[in-house]
Amino acid sequence: MVTSAPASLPPSGLPGLDPAWSRLVTARDADDVPRTWHVLDTHASSPAEAVRATVLCVHGNPTWSYLWRRLLAEAPPDLRVVAVDHLDMGWSERTGTVRPLARRVEDLRSLTDALGLAGPIIVVAHDWGGPISLGWILQRPDDVIGVCLLNTAVHQPPASAAPAVIRAARWAPLRRAVTVDTTAFIRGTRALSGRRMPREVAAAYRAPYGDAARRWAVGEFVADIPLEPDHASADTLTAIAEGIRGLRVPVLLLWGPGDPVFSDRYLHDLEHRLPQAQVHRYLGARHLVIEDAPALVPDLLTWVQDVLAGDAERGGAERAAARADKSSEPLWSSLEERARRAPDAVALAEPQAGDWRQVTWGQMDRVVRDLAAGLAGRGVRRGDRVSVLITPGADLVAVVYACWRIGASVVVTDSGLGRRGIVRALRSAAPEHLVAIPRGMVLARSRAVRIPGACIATSELATVAAEGRALRMPEPPTPDDEALVAFTSGSTGPAKGVVYTHRQVQSTRDLLREHYGLGESDALVAAFAPWAVLGPALGIASVIPEMDLLRPDTLTAHAVAEAVQQVGATVMWASPAAFRGILGSAAQATDADVQALAGLRLVMGAGAPVDASLLHGMARLCANAEVRTPYGMTEVLPVCDVTVAGIDAAGPGPGVLVGNPLPGVEVAISAVDDDGVASAPLTTSPGVLGEVAVRARHRKERYDRLWATERASSRDRGWHRTGDVGQLDELGRLWIGGRLAHVVTTADGPVAPVAIEQAAQRLPWIRQAACVGVGPRGTQVPVLVCVADIADDARVGQQLVDLDLLDELRGTCGVELAAVLLRSDLPVDIRHRSKIDRSAVSAWAETMLAGRG
Amino acid sequence: MRVLVTGGRGLLGSAVVRELASRGHEVTALQRNPSLSGAVDRCGDITDPAAVAGAMQGQQAVVHMAAKVAVVGAWEQFEHVNVTGTRIVLDAARAAGVRRFVHVSSPSVAHAGHALVGAPAGAADPDRARGPYARSKAMAELLVLAADGPDLAVTALRPHLVWGPGDTQLVDPIVERARAGRLVLIDSGSALIDTTYIDNAASAVAAALDRCDHPDVRGRAFVVSNGEPRTVAEVLSRITRAAGVPPPRRSIPFPVAMAAGAVAERAWEVAGRQEVPPLTRFLVEQLSTAHWFDQRQTRRALDWRPHVSLAEGFARLAAQS
Repeated sequence: MVTSAPASLPPSGLPGLDPAWSRLVTARDADDVPRTWHVLDTHASSPAEAVRATVLCVHGNPTWSYLWRRLLAEAPPDLRVVAVDHLDMGWSERTGTVRPLARRVEDLRSLTDALGLAGPIIVVAHDWGGPISLGWILQRPDDVIGVCLLNTAVHQPPASAAPAVIRAARWAPLRRAVTVDTTAFIRGTRALSGRRMPREVAAAYRAPYGDAARRWAVGEFVADIPLEPDHASADTLTAIAEGIRGLRVPVLLLWGPGDPVFSDRYLHDLEHRLPQAQVHRYLGARHLVIEDAPALVPDLLTWVQDVLAGDAERGGAERAAARADKSSEPLWSSLEERARRAPDAVALAEPQAGDWRQVTWGQMDRVVRDLAAGLAGRGVRRGDRVSVLITPGADLVAVVYACWRIGASVVVTDSGLGRRGIVRALRSAAPEHLVAIPRGMVLARSRAVRIPGACIATSELATVAAEGRALRMPEPPTPDDEALVAFTSGSTGPAKGVVYTHRQVQSTRDLLREHYGLGESDALVAAFAPWAVLGPALGIASVIPEMDLLRPDTLTAHAVAEAVQQVGATVMWASPAAFRGILGSAAQATDADVQALAGLRLVMGAGAPVDASLLHGMARLCANAEVRTPYGMTEVLPVCDVTVAGIDAAGPGPGVLVGNPLPGVEVAISAVDDDGVASAPLTTSPGVLGEVAVRARHRKERYDRLWATERASSRDRGWHRTGDVGQLDELGRLWIGGRLAHVVTTADGPVAPVAIEQAAQRLPWIRQAACVGVGPRGTQVPVLVCVADIADDARVGQQLVDLDLLDELRGTCGVELAAVLLRSDLPVDIRHRSKIDRSAVSAWAETMLAGRG
Repeated sequence: MRVLVTGGRGLLGSAVVRELASRGHEVTALQRNPSLSGAVDRCGDITDPAAVAGAMQGQQAVVHMAAKVAVVGAWEQFEHVNVTGTRIVLDAARAAGVRRFVHVSSPSVAHAGHALVGAPAGAADPDRARGPYARSKAMAELLVLAADGPDLAVTALRPHLVWGPGDTQLVDPIVERARAGRLVLIDSGSALIDTTYIDNAASAVAAALDRCDHPDVRGRAFVVSNGEPRTVAEVLSRITRAAGVPPPRRSIPFPVAMAAGAVAERAWEVAGRQEVPPLTRFLVEQLSTAHWFDQRQTRRALDWRPHVSLAEGFARLAAQS
């Protein structure tokens, strides 16, 4: 049934496809036979027109150039976008011949020669378009200035079976039935899209493959996948897979992680071959990532502009400058120093079975060295990532510093993310190794997360350390090696991995040490337990108080006092929930407890904004402590800080006062426009409401495998856009007004919600309030949703308040609230139990105020 | 400017006549009965071509407000006054060489009954407009906007729920009902609605007359409101407070209210009564569905802002009663 048929133009009316793009191009193939291709070309009517660059798009199997329609539609006029249909695919000629990989590479060359494509060229490819276009690039590398690959593969990673779908489709008897005789493969591939594709779009993908003869090549493509080493195309594919290691142009990998065919392991294989690659995984997207991720096409075009500007490695010069800075010492140097000078002093204390486990500096140093060598012996290499699913304590500290000693990066996932969040985080960070408590080991064995390297239970750590005693310690990392992947809280969307280098963690340590004057005479109560890890880097002893680490409000004043006594603590870090627990139990504190607490000279909030009332309470309880609350985020911490006295002195203002930037930290504002977009240039002028941007040596290196997110967050060179809104005052202090996404965009300009909420909450009858915008962007009205203690006769219906209360609230808040709605409670995030879920509140308010209709 | 105002007697009509006169325009008011507004009065019906042509002589601009406004009634009456009448006024204006034409329309011409939340001024749609008044006004607006051309600049304004001291259409019925203890809320009255204080509606008409020939204004329709949406419950409570009568306290669920409206409409129809029933389904919808508008384009295009806030408006309402 191998038949030939001439090329044709697609039928009209396919959604999103401009008929003016279609052209037929004839060229001689490798056998000197004239063949006709169908191509989409933004410059079909003016191919000779001068352009800045050409984007060559190469589809896979079984799609066609239709895949790229949005790229053609959205490309700027000075960019030519050409999308080809392979021979025997799409609307190109049905040749009736078998065209294995090597020939398809030749075909592409014949076609591009006939098109007269001259450099600069940027190649974009999907699926089997990847190997074909990469093979083509290796033949003419001088013209190509950038490569973008979407869910593709050039190599079957070792020790991994081919995806079941492909293996099944490759099985000869089934192959014809699946790929040619029926539309199963074509339908199946479209089903690999995570979103429900509109029916007309699905039909357009299917359109060129109407009957078995037109589908013939779909089967040939599948047959040409070299799963066996003796396959006819195996050598060609291997040559391509090896050849691309020499590519020196910018590479962008855009990936749908839900692809059951080209899974993340193929992404990791490509990252290894193309170490310069930038990566963005679109969460929720599958094989047809360009259909699943609406942001992909704009993101791709942004990258093309970066490539054309010679600036694909953004911030490269700045990073080079940072590398020249050799001043900071390694993360483990204070640990070694103290082990040398005071080996028997306590470095870490933690509660253990009703008693205390104490680790001296000497012991800690020994364990870290042994474990480092032992981990290396188990195959942990410099540059590998190690997931640590360990409760904060001595084991965690030992593993983290052991990894750092040998240049392995530590992947930290907070248990607050929940199992689903942790699985998602680990799939994106893709650690090679895992060290875990039993619960974490279950996760690794469940195959929800694939760990290719060592999986070590915490119970084995002693064995690994013992192994290490006989081994040599590998060379230490450089300051620019990756040290840490931490995850954001996920309270504003899926948790993002944040990458830090050693240099950046060192800078964080140095800032904390200098700003808070931390020296050997200090010791730390890590009531926010993850901070215990910083103790050895700072060279100060730390102690974890008795508490349920998952429920910080179980911490008591007595437990803190006991902890203080263990190490003679002078400093405490705690979350707001822990402050609540401490203050709630303060009445039970003994005189001895109070005396112990008087030993603290510095008490710091962490993790979330702290209420002034909690800070006041802590200041009363800890007689000699200066109480401070820092402002920062996973991407850069700390940024500012403020004392409770500073908050009192400032009084009410346009939001939450977070204080002045710390030494070496710069804060600037990008004004929010009427539509709530912060696109203005950065300014430090006081009184400008906008998105807060931070520049500091200790800010993140980048978001992990989220190139587009990183590109947006660092669009001002060297700065990090925080997503918070706020303003600076005349004294250079920063006031936070909420999240950029929650700014109320009224017709009279943007309004930040936090100051309004604070004002409302100063009324005695308002327990909690959330200010949200109702209506379309740019013409929203502010609405206050609150939990209030009011009499029934001051209510109108269930949700509204009477005129007197309304007038009082409008007067207090100083803004024309369109309505005040009452609720019995406000929804909060799962992790912190303190951040109001504003999206849920505003959706509810919108429904309430829309009435019927 | 010499301006002919049709329908100069009502709340908005008399306010517009005063506003234009205060800005130095020479105003002629055309209506069936004397306007008593201080303008030059012409008595006549807008469906009488001769009367309209007579009044149109020598005018430079027209503000067309005369209309049959009612919740119920025979379609023919609405069509006669609101569609045919508008065509007669428009034709006469063109014949007399008038250069500017401001047509006062209604947001209901583009309202198909669903919630309007920060909505733009949609196109008038006679097929989907609710009820004979809205349908006839939609047809009239389309007629007027289509007449925009090199010799005549037209624009349509849609003031939303105009109220103020002396208002018999909106304020009085609410106050009477509240006084009788019969004012109820539907679904707690939590729907947000826009309203327009009378002086702002009048100044918007005057602004439209000034800006009528601007390319951003001519041939277009603009919703006019105070731009301060409030819940139905608050609007009703403010009005009752200003009048010193008890505020609405009781709330009935939407389905009950709709059923009651249907029963009342039917009962009035069967009894052959001409006046509006106490509750209609249209009214129930209006009192339980959000309708507030994006005012940015209106304010930019007309170079106008409401100068009396709701708070000030309610204070003036209270002072008057």
